[in-house]
Amino acid sequence: MAALTLLSTDKLERSFGGLRAVREVDFELRQGEIHALIGPNGAGKTTFVNLLSGRTRADAGRIHYRGRDITGLPAYKRVRCGIAYTFQITSIYPNLSVYENVAIAIQGSDKFKVSDKTAEAGFCNAVLSVLGRVGIEERARDKAGNLAYGHQRLLEVAMGVALEPTLFILDEPTQGLSDSEIDGFCELIIKIGESATILLIEHNMAVVMALADTITVLHQGAVLAAGSPQSIRKDARVQAAYLGSGLT
Amino acid sequence: MDFGPYLFLASLEGLVQAAVLSLTALGLSLVFGVMRVVNVGHGEFYMLGAVLAWWITSLISIHPAAGFLIALVLSPVLVGVVAYAADRLILSRLDYNPEATIVATIGMLYVLQQLALIYFGPDARPVEAPFYFRVQFPWFGYSGYKLIVVVAATGLLLASWFVIARTRVGLIMRATQFDGEMARALGIPVRRVYSLVFVVGAMFAAVAAVLIVPIRQAHYLMGLDPLLLSFIVVIIGGLGSIRGTIVAATIIGMSDGIISVFFSPTLAKMVSTFLVALVLIVRPEGLFGAKIR
Amino acid sequence: MTGDVGKAVWLHAGVIFTLFAMQFVLPDYHHLIATRVMVLAVFAMGYNVMFGYTGLLSLGHAMFFGTGMYTAGMTVYHLGWSVPLAFTAGIVSGAFVSLLLGAIALRTAGVSFMIVTLMFSQVAYLATLYFTSYTRGDEGLVLPAAARSFSVFGHVVDLTDPATRYNLALALLTITVIVVFKLVRGSTGRALVAVRENEPRTQMLGYNTFVIKLESVVISGSLSAASGAAYALLFAYVGSSFTSIQYSIDALLFTLLGGAGTVLGPLLGSFIMFYLIDIASSYTAAYLLVTGFVLIGLVLFFPRGLLGALKTRWLPWLP
Repeated sequence: MAALTLLSTDKLERSFGGLRAVREVDFELRQGEIHALIGPNGAGKTTFVNLLSGRTRADAGRIHYRGRDITGLPAYKRVRCGIAYTFQITSIYPNLSVYENVAIAIQGSDKFKVSDKTAEAGFCNAVLSVLGRVGIEERARDKAGNLAYGHQRLLEVAMGVALEPTLFILDEPTQGLSDSEIDGFCELIIKIGESATILLIEHNMAVVMALADTITVLHQGAVLAAGSPQSIRKDARVQAAYLGSGLT
Repeated sequence: MDFGPYLFLASLEGLVQAAVLSLTALGLSLVFGVMRVVNVGHGEFYMLGAVLAWWITSLISIHPAAGFLIALVLSPVLVGVVAYAADRLILSRLDYNPEATIVATIGMLYVLQQLALIYFGPDARPVEAPFYFRVQFPWFGYSGYKLIVVVAATGLLLASWFVIARTRVGLIMRATQFDGEMARALGIPVRRVYSLVFVVGAMFAAVAAVLIVPIRQAHYLMGLDPLLLSFIVVIIGGLGSIRGTIVAATIIGMSDGIISVFFSPTLAKMVSTFLVALVLIVRPEGLFGAKIR
Repeated sequence: MTGDVGKAVWLHAGVIFTLFAMQFVLPDYHHLIATRVMVLAVFAMGYNVMFGYTGLLSLGHAMFFGTGMYTAGMTVYHLGWSVPLAFTAGIVSGAFVSLLLGAIALRTAGVSFMIVTLMFSQVAYLATLYFTSYTRGDEGLVLPAAARSFSVFGHVVDLTDPATRYNLALALLTITVIVVFKLVRGSTGRALVAVRENEPRTQMLGYNTFVIKLESVVISGSLSAASGAAYALLFAYVGSSFTSIQYSIDALLFTLLGGAGTVLGPLLGSFIMFYLIDIASSYTAAYLLVTGFVLIGLVLFFPRGLLGALKTRWLPWLP
């Protein structure tokens, strides 16, 4: 029954000045699951995920992905290995059209070489189909910066989807979205989860409980607890860390 | 003269260079540190300081010392006014966007330089030193005025350090540098701090120029070299680091002065730039700059 | 979308054709100016690849122009190389220097990058003044008569003939327009723009942004060197002033005026600015004042330049 381990970390460590943001974290991500990473503010979630995506260098420890040690690999190479990442603060190309945003993503993935004229129509269709999967294809010609916040978030997810990733890391994706948008977002994540493993940093407990197969709780840079949603919900230490806010 | 004393002489020249360069580069560094913009026209504030000093001393012919002292005070003030106008009319309207500021200040460079050409003329004009005395070393006599320049510059640098580190105004400047958003939220009038810093930066350059102008002459093209040297200094020292600026200015000023005496000014400039390349390969953020990653 | 490409191609072809036709109606003085401007436009277009499309503000492009100019000029003057060979050497040296400079300078970004490019360019300028035995410093080199013609497939090309010069300049410009056009409309162009618009995001989409920027620098430097080499060979003169900061700023100026991030912008900017300065210099020695005012005016009121504004308001298909 044990599924394949897609990604694991071994005593991962990162400090900023005197602050140990990530402390000897051992972490395991199973292929095909939706894994949520939660913890109070300042717990080190974003730092940890930055270490995974390669945006920050680890001080110590190792990261293994699909059997490879990727600790020394620069960020862009990790993306090419199949790890997609959305930023905590939406990072798209606001001055370009929605179409162009996804076009850049599609072009970047090795899966689509645009070297000849005949491929151009196919390229165009690929972009539109990605936009369609996320639900914003009517806005293809709009300037990305003019989109409503929720749609910008969707666009960023579309860019990740365009990469056809094996691992999709989302950093607080529902932050700032309205309730109806959040519902739509959850459906989208489940759909994406059918073809990719998902690692989700989230503060919204309802979303976490609804989506996650496994939850890891970080507290002050170290792993406090990890397991199924039910076990986490009952864990006394977790409740203490959150001071009883919104878990039950 | 033997090598030893010759080296000593070259070192004194280097010291004068370092002193003046520290002041000039400090102005540039302050502006970048607090406002996060580069003033490519910084050298022209320097030139303006020298040119105005010449003009003031040419009007006041009682005694060179009197004229010079008045110029030392008045010229930076006038340059400060020009800087204020530039900030209000141009830079603040650009919202201090880094790239736009670079282009705008290049424009300012040309405007100031060419206006100096029109009203000051293409010739180099000398300014009399306020006093003459020679300090007699065992191997050579050296201009006392140059030594006074070093003392004056050091004094100014210490005074600036004091203001920045110990006074309320300095605290406000440092706060704005550290976190502009936060400063604004705390009620600090960030726009006004920017104006102040820009004016002060220009005045530093002007003072440095007034101090040096009795030694070198005033010329409408004299702003370019100080600009380039200041750039070298802030790159090596690390943009935004005051300490780095002063350390780098000392190193560059000394090396520039010494190599100029022993070889040629052209070679000196080439060496300085080579140093920049070296620093960049090893430490892209400069000696004291904040690490990028 | 393909309709847009068609329109763009027709427009650019039309511009080239107009330039070709103009040589038959221009009086001598303007004929010569047009030749000069076309060569300089190649320089500006090279600059635009880095500045307009990749968002890298360099103040050292005179170094690339100078590399091409001095390599072409000195190989002819000191080594007696033929014109085509010297021209090729000019471009190759430009590519090499830009690769070297890019590898060092791209370790910095933004303001530091600008300063570094400025510094290295200044060293190049000082070098041309210092090594006078090779470069004759300020005075420069006048190329010998042997370099005023070359033969290609048995056909002699005479560089003292204004019409020949004009058409060679136009040919170089045409090739540059084609190169830049294909570049910006292709996948490389899209990658350059992505780096300009949001580098962290581009990295997180799997792009090696350092290599992309380096590519941009090399293409840009090579085009600028081609312009310098052509200038040296067409006008038989090599001089220090062409490697000065002035020239680096000119590249920025022409590009900004015409419209950064558009293919034809630098060409338009070169023509307008050249004439503006020409007219101003007949009135005053301080004609650079015009440059200053134009720069300030552009950045305050017209940041997109002429073609850029046109593109935003009316013609979104303009590449």
